[in-house]
Formats: sequence, structure tokens, C-alpha cells
Amino acid sequence: MVNGTPREIEAREHESLLTALREQLGLPGSKDACEQGECGSCSVLVDGELVCSCLMLSGAAAERDVRTVESFGTDGALHPVQQAFVDAGAVQCGFCTPGFVVSTIALLQRNPEPTDPEIKEALAGNICRCTGYGKILEAVHRAAGSHR
Amino acid sequence: MSVAARPRLRGVVGESAPRSDAPPKTLGSFLYASDLARDGMLHGATVRSPHARARIVGIDVSAARAMPGVVAVLTAADLPTREKFGLMRLDQPVLADGVVRYCGEPVALVAAEDAERARLAAQAVRVAYEPLPPLTDPVAALQPEAPRLHDEGNVIEDVRVVHGDPAATADVVVEGEYEIGMQDQAALGPEAGLAIPDPDGGVTLHIATQWLHEDLRQIAVCLGLPEEKVRLVLAGVGGAFGAREDVTLQIHACLLALATRRPVRMVYGREESFYGHVHRHPARLWYEHGATRDGTLVFVRATIVLDGGGYASSSPAVVANAACFGAGPYRVPNALIHAVGAYTNNPPTGAMRGFGAVQSCFAYEAQMDKLAAALRMDPVALRMRNALQDGDRIVTDQPVVGSEPVAELVRRCADLPLPGPAAADDPVAMPGGVGNITRGEGVRRGTALAAGFKNVCYSHAFDDFSTARVRLVRERGEAVAYVLTAAAEVGQGIVLVCEQVARTALGVQRVVVETPDTSIGSAGSSSASRQTWMTGGAVLAACTEVTAELVRRAAGRRLEDLDIAALLDEPIERLVTHRHRPTEPRNATTQNDGHVAFLFAAHRATVDVDVETGLVKVVQVATSQDVGRAINPVAVVGQLEGGIAQGLGLAVMEELQLRDGQVRNASFTDYLLPTMLDMPPVVCDLVEHPHPDAPYGAKGVGEPPTISSTPAIVAAIRAATGRELNRVPVRPDDIVFGTVARSGWRIRAGDDPRRAARG
Repeated sequence: MVNGTPREIEAREHESLLTALREQLGLPGSKDACEQGECGSCSVLVDGELVCSCLMLSGAAAERDVRTVESFGTDGALHPVQQAFVDAGAVQCGFCTPGFVVSTIALLQRNPEPTDPEIKEALAGNICRCTGYGKILEAVHRAAGSHR
Repeated sequence: MSVAARPRLRGVVGESAPRSDAPPKTLGSFLYASDLARDGMLHGATVRSPHARARIVGIDVSAARAMPGVVAVLTAADLPTREKFGLMRLDQPVLADGVVRYCGEPVALVAAEDAERARLAAQAVRVAYEPLPPLTDPVAALQPEAPRLHDEGNVIEDVRVVHGDPAATADVVVEGEYEIGMQDQAALGPEAGLAIPDPDGGVTLHIATQWLHEDLRQIAVCLGLPEEKVRLVLAGVGGAFGAREDVTLQIHACLLALATRRPVRMVYGREESFYGHVHRHPARLWYEHGATRDGTLVFVRATIVLDGGGYASSSPAVVANAACFGAGPYRVPNALIHAVGAYTNNPPTGAMRGFGAVQSCFAYEAQMDKLAAALRMDPVALRMRNALQDGDRIVTDQPVVGSEPVAELVRRCADLPLPGPAAADDPVAMPGGVGNITRGEGVRRGTALAAGFKNVCYSHAFDDFSTARVRLVRERGEAVAYVLTAAAEVGQGIVLVCEQVARTALGVQRVVVETPDTSIGSAGSSSASRQTWMTGGAVLAACTEVTAELVRRAAGRRLEDLDIAALLDEPIERLVTHRHRPTEPRNATTQNDGHVAFLFAAHRATVDVDVETGLVKVVQVATSQDVGRAINPVAVVGQLEGGIAQGLGLAVMEELQLRDGQVRNASFTDYLLPTMLDMPPVVCDLVEHPHPDAPYGAKGVGEPPTISSTPAIVAAIRAATGRELNRVPVRPDDIVFGTVARSGWRIRAGDDPRRAARG
């Protein structure tokens, strides 16, 4: 299952879930920035758990529920986390943004009102090179507020 | 026609409007260059030299060509021209021809049906090398006996600033030697482009770049095509920071597309990205400052050696910046600054945020603190006393006019609120963070301030311009402004600037910024903090002409009282080329008006240092920055915070480590970037003194955050530890053992480094 729809592909040898999503399934929202699980740009949810899709073989996602950034909002109806990133000015080049959005959604599902240290620890696996993180921190707080 | 007052516009100059490209970026629907695809597309891969310096004895592509799915393999022998490329010197071959000058230099290209087969075929290209001893010490490379890496010799650029009496003496003199490691821009989006052959024999390249037209110039020559047959379209850019000012895969992708008559996409992986783009210049600097006993600066002398690596890239401008701004934002009546850029066999270096100014600021701000200590004077007071004021001349003899609030910035920054004490019960807040390695026994706190400056826009008689087309039309009864420029949105927010300027200047709510391409004239590069000034200025100028036509059509009625849409039975379109005032070419002593205007900032850092482990926790950075006018305050703060993060990285984390010209840490596992846990709260104080020559007074803000943040953080570590710390990034060893970097060259500040002795 990818974003709520059963999808069937032939998993290639050595192919990561990220590559399968981007190249076989037409879902380029998950980004490929480091290829070794250091930057979080490829974050997706697999059975509700946050994973770096670059570290997971595509074959290992068989029969599992994969949700990518593309599943969380639509043009004109952003997910509250996406809206918070827009409103807080947390988006610059935006390459890290899909990963931060998915990681933030995972965080708020498990901890709806995180403190600063909890946010920093939860999102320390996502690298942003543009913002210096201040506006991202603000966006997470805004999103947490909008959950209440 | 309505005579009702128009509704107030939302998102004009001065308001923190949200970015129009932010929603698609949060949805994952914004397409970056690496996301592009076409039916029948091939994938390109690059064969790179594993040697820093070698002769190529032979290349055998037969095995690669025979592999299934491989469509083309190209070497230097297959190139349509022998032309070379380069930003400021045409010194770089498209594919290495007979010799390689750095580890990672492209030698051959492959196009295949999928990326994996392209990668495997690239591995199957057999290149026979005869390795030569690499020349990796830039001072050694400058000596007369060094082997020549290029026919012209190893000096890329040589800049002397001679001001007042270069041999002046003073009551109190301090000196020091400093070193800057190699920093990487590490934009998250990898280098990527999609080249599509056109039916007319030309090619269209969708590319992540900072400067479409400069790419176009270099690509067309190397392809042997007239510029009309090469079209560039800006694809989504995942950050740049200088690394996309140079051509990387642009020519390669076009060559493969033209050779195969099929679309070709090239995307670098992270490791290849570290090899594929230029980095920040490592530097060695020897400084001497002299002052009177009351703390008035008398002279600055400096020798600066910048390592340009295998090819020149933007080294000439980096060398000039390091020299021109090498005395800092202070009144210095006498100066001798000699800066030289050297070819070596290290990876090529070029543009990175604040280039040249970053390197010298680290040294001169350390010197200012040394001087304050020697004078037993407060370092803030010393800076205030010598701060440039209106009409003062920098060491290039150019007066600063328009807006130059240096003393105000230093004072305001020093007065910003300090952070509270370390939370003794929270080990995560301590140095070492989640490593949980101290309870605070060896932790010392330090606070210090630094100031810096640089030019905005291009200098030294460069014909710097930007082109904008504004088309005002009526759609469904509403006035809509379409704005086209070739300015590259790389994340910095030029899209916002164009929208807010056009909205304000035209009084029209709906503004659409179109995708930049080369169908319009150049906007210049998204670099040198110049796009707000230049493309913002071009859009404003075009809007002013459109407004003049509206006034004509209003026939005496006040525009404010009219519905603009009613005046648009015929659309209005204006195309404007905007230039800043001319600057003078650099002369032999670098004494004239070489620059348009200057940007200033001050940073104050507070750090906690564990003197037992040498680990540093940056607790807070406060900044006062001269922005002229904040067109979008939230976006400006985003630039300041992001730039400070990169300054923090250079201070304590980021270094591309080299040994014999080989990069040893080409990955995000080994090249350490600041995360959310590393970044402290930033206190931003925007100081607005509109510059009379800039659009709405907005000066550009991108680079100053990276200039003085690094020296402020290192000065804070010195304050906490008493260590000398003459090198960045500061390593734990430097703190625990007091390691001091020494070049092994005997150079006095102001000496010509091309005649240096070891020892």
C-alpha cells in the first residue's frame, strides 16, 4: 500500500524504497540528499513508523503501509503541519521540507505538545541547510497549537 | 468605472508575506531538477579521476560501450570543440585531456537506459594513469621552483592594497597567523539537470543553477553551438550558497543529449557532489595591526594565501575580496595587504557565501581582540572607536556613503539580551548534548563579539545588470501582473522580493512570477547578495514604466481612485534593463571606487565549552545587521539565521578534510553539518537605514550572517578557555591541548608570499 492505494512493482536488486517511490511510482516528493540516512529528506511512514526510505530496500516494503509526503495534503487544503511551515516562514529552498513535514507529523502523533528539547531531539535527524532551524522550530509549535 | 477606495493590498514591501512557492514545497509537488523526467530519457554518469595529479596514458571504453543498456560513452577525443570553460578564466577542459589536476576531475561520460547501468558502465571505463606527486600546499605552489600546474604558472590572482604609508609604525603592535579549513556549501539538493535535444540541432537544458546566462555562455562555446541554439530553463533549486555558480554537469548533460538524440538526466549523488562542485577557499593569513595607546588604529598589514585548487573558478574575485575587505569595517589610515590565489592539486574552490570576506574577517577580528587585550581595552569599545562612519574611507580609499551604521551595529549587538545560565540539571543542554558526557564540572562560559563587512553586487567595473519584463493584464475583471526575470530562486526568496516589489509599485494584488529562462536578458547571478538590489531594482524600474502608462491612460484621474483593471483593455508590457552605478576597475594599488556599496553586520556569541573534552555548545548568537530595509522581515530573519548556522558550522564543525589532495570525508556521515540540536536560539536585530540607490532602500542580506558569526563564536571559545585558536574549524584537540596551527612558512604580514622561506 502506498498512500492508501495498493501498488504493485517489481522490486529491483539493491533498490531502496526511496528509489522505487521516486523512479517507479512517480512520487518524487521524498527527496534524495545523502543516500545514507543522515539527512532525513527521504522520510516516510511505514506502518506508521518514521523511516528513512533510502535505508529500506523496496522489497522490504511489500505488504506494508507506506505513506509519503504526497499523502498529507492537497493544493488549497494543506495539512496543518504543512500550513504551519508555510505560515512560519520555515521553507526556503524547500528540499528538506517534505522530510521535515513527515517527521513532524510523526512527532505530533506520538507527542501532541512537544517541548523545545523534545522537538530538537525528534528532528535532529533532519538536516536543513537554509533556515538555521529557528523558523522550523516555530512551525512545529504552531502545528502543535493547531492540533489542540 | 468604480470610484470606491481600493481594498488594502496584502503582501507589500515591509510585510512578512508567505512565499508563493512554499505550499508546493511542503506538499512535495514542487519539482527540483533531480525530479524531472521525460519519456525515453537516458541517465548520465561521470568517470572521475581517482588521482589528484596524473597524466592520462590511455582510455579504454570498449568494455563500457559493450554493456547492455549503454547508449554512449564520451571522452575528450569525442568532444565537438577543444574549448575550455570557467567562470573567470577559461582554464578547465570539459573532459580531462592528457592530464588531471584534482581528485574527482571528469574524464569520461556515459549515458545508459537507467542510472544503475550508467553507474556500472562508468566503473567499466578503463583509464590508465601515470600518477605524479600532487602539489597541495598553496604557499609551496607559489614558489618559483614549484612545478607549473597550468601553462600560465600557479598564480591565479595577485592583489595588493597599498593605502597611506604601508610601512607605518605604531605604539602597540600585535601579530598573528591564521588558517581556514575547506568548507563545503552542502546544499541539500544535488547537482542535477535534464538536457533535451531540439529539432533544430540545439538543446534545452533544465538546470538547477545560480546564473542561467553565465551557464549558457560557457555551454554554447564548449558545444560549438551559437547561443540561440542553447536554451536554459531554471529547474527547482535545492539550495546553492555559491556552489551552483560554476558549471558542473551542464555541458556534460548537453553533450550526451546531442550525441544520443535523447533526453538525458544527470544527478550527482552526495559523494559525487562533494567531488563535483567547488568549495570555500582554504586560507592562510599573516596579520599585523598597529594602534596608538588610546586604541586608534594606525595600520594593518596582511599577507593572505588562498588555495584555488586545480582550476580558477571565481578565485580572482575571492582574492580581491579578501584583500579589499581585509582590514574590516574600521578606519585604517595605513595598510598593506597582499593576497594571492594559488593553483594546487586540491579540489577547486570558488564561490561560497561571503567569499573572501569570510576568510579575512576571521583573522582581523582575532587581531582586534588581541589588540584590545594588549591595550587593556574593552574589545567592544575598541571596535566602536574605530568603526567606519559616513564618508570614512576603507583601505581601498573608497568612501562609505549611503548607509554605514557600523558603530550602531556594534553597540546594539553588544546590548542585546544575553542568555540565561546553563541549565545544570539538563545534560542535553551541555557540551556533548545527547552524548550525555558531562554534568558541567569542566564547563566554562564565554561571550564575545565580532563585526564584518563586504560589498554588495559585482565590483571592479563588471557590467552588472538585471533584466525584468512586467506585463499587466486583465483576467476575469482583475488586474494581474506577470513578472519575468532570469533571476535564480535558490531558496533565498527573490520570488518574494519580485512579488512584493511589483505589488507595491503597481498597486495590484495578484502578481505572478514566471519561471526564469534565457528567453529574457540576464539577471546576473544569485550571488554577492545582489538579487534584491539588482533584480528587485529591475522589477521596480519596469513597474515604474508600467505605472507611467497607467497614468497616461487615466487621463488626469488619480490612479488611487480607479480600478486599474478598467485601464487594461490593452495589456501593458515593459522590459527594462537595470544597472547599478558604474564601478572602477582595480588599479595597481587597489585605490579607487571599486564597489557599489557595503553590507555590515555584528555578531555576539555565547558558548559553553567543556575544557576536559574540548566540546563546544553554542548557547546563543545575537546579531545586529544593516539591511537597508527589510522587504519581508520573516524572510530576512530566515537569511540571518541560516547564514549564522553556516558560520557556526565553519567555527566548530565543518571541514572537508584533505590528504594528498584526496577528500577523506565526502559524505554527510563524515562531513558534519549543524542539526537542530547544534543550533542555538538566534536573536536578530534588523537595523534599517534605507540605502538611497537600492529599491525601497533594501540592501541585500544573504552574506553578512556568515562573515562575522564565525569569528564571534571562536572569540567566545577563546574567552571561555584562554586558548589561542588560530584555525577554524576549532577541533576538540585545539581546546584540550591548545594546539596552534603553523604553516611552516616564514612570512611577515605584508610580504609577497611568492618569495617565502620555510621555517
